[in-house]
Amino acid sequence: MTSILIAVSVICAINTAFAILLLIAEALIVDTGECRIVINGEKELAVNGGRSLLATLKDEQIFIPSACGGRGSCGLCKVTVLEGAGPLLPTETPWLTPEEQKGQIRLACQVKVRRDLRIKIPDELFNVRQYCTQVEDITDLTHDIKQITLKLLEPPEIAFKAGQFIQIEVPPYALTDEPVYRAYSISSDPAEKDHMELEIRYVPNGICTTYVHKHLKPGDKVTLNGPYGEFGLSASDSELICIAGGSGMAPIKSILLEMARTGNPRRCRYFFGARSGRDLFLNDLMRSLEQKLPNFSFIPTLSSPQPEDRWEGEIGKVTDAVGRHVKDASRAEAYLCGSPLMIDACIKLLREKDMPEDKIFYDKFA
Amino acid sequence: MQELGFFAILFSAVFTNNILLTNYLGMCSFLGCSREIKTALGLGSAVIFVTAATSVLNWLVYACILVPLDLVYLRFIVFIVVIAAFVQLVEMIIERVSEPLYNALGIFLPLITVNCAILGVSLFMVIREYTFKQAAAYGLGSGVGWALAIIAMAGIRQRLTQRSRIPRGLEGPGIALIIAGTMALAFMGFNGMINLS
Repeated sequence: MTSILIAVSVICAINTAFAILLLIAEALIVDTGECRIVINGEKELAVNGGRSLLATLKDEQIFIPSACGGRGSCGLCKVTVLEGAGPLLPTETPWLTPEEQKGQIRLACQVKVRRDLRIKIPDELFNVRQYCTQVEDITDLTHDIKQITLKLLEPPEIAFKAGQFIQIEVPPYALTDEPVYRAYSISSDPAEKDHMELEIRYVPNGICTTYVHKHLKPGDKVTLNGPYGEFGLSASDSELICIAGGSGMAPIKSILLEMARTGNPRRCRYFFGARSGRDLFLNDLMRSLEQKLPNFSFIPTLSSPQPEDRWEGEIGKVTDAVGRHVKDASRAEAYLCGSPLMIDACIKLLREKDMPEDKIFYDKFA
Repeated sequence: MQELGFFAILFSAVFTNNILLTNYLGMCSFLGCSREIKTALGLGSAVIFVTAATSVLNWLVYACILVPLDLVYLRFIVFIVVIAAFVQLVEMIIERVSEPLYNALGIFLPLITVNCAILGVSLFMVIREYTFKQAAAYGLGSGVGWALAIIAMAGIRQRLTQRSRIPRGLEGPGIALIIAGTMALAFMGFNGMINLS
């Protein structure tokens, strides 16, 4: 009996001693006192040093896009650090191109705040907020895509541009022990400020998609932050070629709804690629948009239509359909949304049709 | 057993009884961080420092606390706690004292908190009943041996990816394990020169 007591107390004593030692060390060593962060030469923040730039900025309600939650495994949280970041770390180099390294771009999750910093972030990130929302409705669009309608609770409204995306916070559940963040494009009209719609395709074992498809119910609370992204309609009046399949429809749909509301007269063709009839969705909405927008046409194409689909439309890959319909793309603009493979194939095709590279805008779903 | 001197143990821990290539300890970071010589150097130096320091520390804890209180069976858990706390402390100190050193060495420290080679060194040292001086030599030698092995491995892998075409199915861990096996075979040639146990 005494031997057990001695053993337990010795273990406790050793552990407590080390814990106290580490706490003292942390208090004395890690906290580097107050640091100043100057953002874009105007906004100045006074923060406590010692943590990563990403976490420090988040506490100040400035949200840098990041999909991995600060573990240096997504490479999204790029910011320009003009002063005070120290040398580039081996944990950052895999994510930065040589040009970015020259341009003083760093990963906010790896840079620690140790002294005064001068950083540059896109102005739009100041608009990024955290939103508390409630699921109002979940609809099956196809066998693997759901449309989620969210009502904004706090703040009650969101201002975003058609084509932008938000990040959903997935709370810890069976597939994850810590909150993870995943990006999804908003598919609703920006004029509906108190609601937003997302289109989410189920990926087997995907942390967020499994959560949304199998766990989320109407009435549940969802935390998200945003809006992010540069993808969106240009100000010119040249013809539009939109190409997107599956849940890639989301940002295009948002852009089209805005065009319909404002009566935008630009010529627009939307090529929608799917495998067979069961992958088609929102056909009626697209047809009604064709009524409202005289210069808009919706061109769905099936790569392998089934007999029961009784399909009379375009057949083949989406690039085949674009190739048949578009002869000269030199004056048009393209908006692409989907998997990296599909986007690369579309860019190649459009370049062959003489579309200038700076007129091709895309949103890659990685 | 004949008493081994400081240098005999140091030499044998580096070459003839290399902890990585003869005991196969510390394989995970050995395979994970051996793609580039630069990273291998950083990690290797971190391991040298931590094994040398923790073997001495653990020897003191073992001889001054665990043996007198007859709690030798607690050595596993106590050694792990000592190693983890020490690594954390060193990381904080390095970070504060010298940023270049932190960037070269400090960022690898969290990776080796749970490196089994480091725990292995502490356990071997008590199993073999080393004196304080012998333990210090063994810790330092094992660290150097581990670093030597990972740097050699990184050199080979760096060259392999630049110069040769590896069959697709063997890329990455596959070829790395084959190389590790071949290296271990080569080091076995030294076996028996100095008997550590």
